[in-house]
Amino acid sequence: MSILGGGIFKGMAVTLRNFVGSYFSKERFITTNEYSWRPESELPQSIGDYPKEEGEQLSDTTTVNHYSRNFPMLLHDTGEPMDTIRCVACQICERECPPQCIYIEKSTEKKENADGKPQFYPAKFDIDVSVCMSCQICVEVCPFDAIVMNSQFELSTPDRFGGLLVRRDDLLKSNDYYHKIHPQEAATRDERMAADKAAKEAKKKAAAEKAKAAAEAKAAAAEAANESKEDTE
Amino acid sequence: MTTAAPNYELLQQEGLETSLLEISMGPHHPSTHGVFRMDVKLDGETVVELRPVFGYLHRNHEKLAENMTYLSSMPFTDRLDYFNSMTNNWAYALAAEKLIEVEVPERAEYLRVIMAELTRLVNHVTLVGFFVNDLGALGTPLMYAFREREKILDLFEQASGARMMCNYFRFGGLRNDVPEGWLDRTRELVDRFPAFLDEYEQLLCENEIILSRTQGVGNLSRELAVNAGITGPMLRASGVNYDLRKVDAYGIYDRFKFRVPYTDGDTGDCYDRFMIRMLEMRESVAILKQALADIPEGDIIGKVSKVFKPKPAEAYGRIEGPKGELGFYLIADGTTKPYRYRVRPPSLINLTVLRDMCLGGKIADACIILGSIDIVLGEVDR
Ligand code: SF4
Ligand code: SF4
Repeated sequence: MSILGGGIFKGMAVTLRNFVGSYFSKERFITTNEYSWRPESELPQSIGDYPKEEGEQLSDTTTVNHYSRNFPMLLHDTGEPMDTIRCVACQICERECPPQCIYIEKSTEKKENADGKPQFYPAKFDIDVSVCMSCQICVEVCPFDAIVMNSQFELSTPDRFGGLLVRRDDLLKSNDYYHKIHPQEAATRDERMAADKAAKEAKKKAAAEKAKAAAEAKAAAAEAANESKEDTE
Repeated sequence: MTTAAPNYELLQQEGLETSLLEISMGPHHPSTHGVFRMDVKLDGETVVELRPVFGYLHRNHEKLAENMTYLSSMPFTDRLDYFNSMTNNWAYALAAEKLIEVEVPERAEYLRVIMAELTRLVNHVTLVGFFVNDLGALGTPLMYAFREREKILDLFEQASGARMMCNYFRFGGLRNDVPEGWLDRTRELVDRFPAFLDEYEQLLCENEIILSRTQGVGNLSRELAVNAGITGPMLRASGVNYDLRKVDAYGIYDRFKFRVPYTDGDTGDCYDRFMIRMLEMRESVAILKQALADIPEGDIIGKVSKVFKPKPAEAYGRIEGPKGELGFYLIADGTTKPYRYRVRPPSLINLTVLRDMCLGGKIADACIILGSIDIVLGEVDR
């Protein structure tokens, strides 16, 4: 320690530098800007830009962040939401959800899904978003790619109980919307689903061909046996 | 100006009626780092008895985890020490990986190290901020710390989707790969971090007020530290060279060159604990630089099903968390849920010596000593 108070003066120099810098350095100027790493064109330019239309939400128009997650949503393919819903009410997510905030009631009868196969569907699918902790476990365990994370964050409501219990019809969002908010993730998911489907079909086809070949071989063997029978006669 | 506290026994000898003052600091005292209370008995300003009271934040973490599948309790580990969700995830993943024996891909190992060291930076930089906040340096140093922390949390958010509750580690790897350009942004941050550390050191390390208030305050001897099971920076500040990254070399820590700062153990006071953290941040930066230079391309997660049934066995996974040894002890009984799930929380165990460090000191020093332990109540109470 050279002079008493020297350390304090050194520290003061730092604060002074920061104070003066805050008026000149652009980087310091925007430290409170939450998504400062994003290109400026993607940010709302002024408060007047938003909302453009009545009811428009900021979280719809800007993809906040590639992996950003808030609460889950149910996916449906192109078409009427309930005709193309992917969820088959298998209730795996309900079982695995750590804080147990999903409630599902399975339908009693089957209905055709987007592929034209008869499937069960959720008669009720509620998520209590006041309990949900945005952990994404439901998304990971769903074997049908039916539930993914939304990035909607403007959810305030005057109704504490009903308003935060999101029902099936409000949870349903189209795959296109998913592509809009999480382009990269949606693309890889679609790719994987297509590959899975192709693999399944190939397997089915191979199995069918094998069965056909086996049947042909059998027929051929029977014919051969017949012929040899004829020969001996 | 305060006058010197009259000696309690002396006053009694003189026939004056005096008594010890018993006060309850907390549970929302600004220096208590959460809902934590200290029952303190004072003789004038001197602490003669101190009893920490906690449990206000108990959430039944262990029993909850015993009633759900292995994967489902991963998001709950985020909420133990909510400053360091990434390292909490890692310790739990390590324990479970021992049960199911899965190979972690190379790239995932590197990313795990990167995440853990970034977490260490976040923890230490905020700890130092809060510590000087307890000293009375309200605001400025803490805000500088938060400025840097925010940049790292932005990186976490881009990788995992959440700033604090990352839930990013999975058994056998990580949930997803980092987005494009993430590594470059991290490199940029790591390159600029030493400049911030220089600034921070200039701001704090020679400040006479900090020196006079922390040096010789809250001494912790090497013997007591070892006997009480203290781990982490606090143990090293008391002069024990013990770091699980070197001792266990879990993950791929044996590939990196870094030093473990520790003192000669003469004092083990608050200043030592503060400086150890400043020095550790430099080493973290060194590890980050090496990891970011070598990180390979490749898979991010090994082959593990979401719900699995490990064979009956027990496993203990431990890591050098920013606060100390964080361990998870699991007993599997052949079902999808653990039979026993136990956390070894460094915050709680480091807290046990609080009384020993505070006795005989001034009441104002008790706040600083508590600050220098570095506890998070989410982990103490679980
Ligand atoms: S969302 Fe997925 S996991 Fe949940 S019930 Fe529907 S199909 Fe099953
Ligand atoms: S995100 Fe997590 S808490 Fe929310 S519904 Fe899905 S599993 Fe449950």
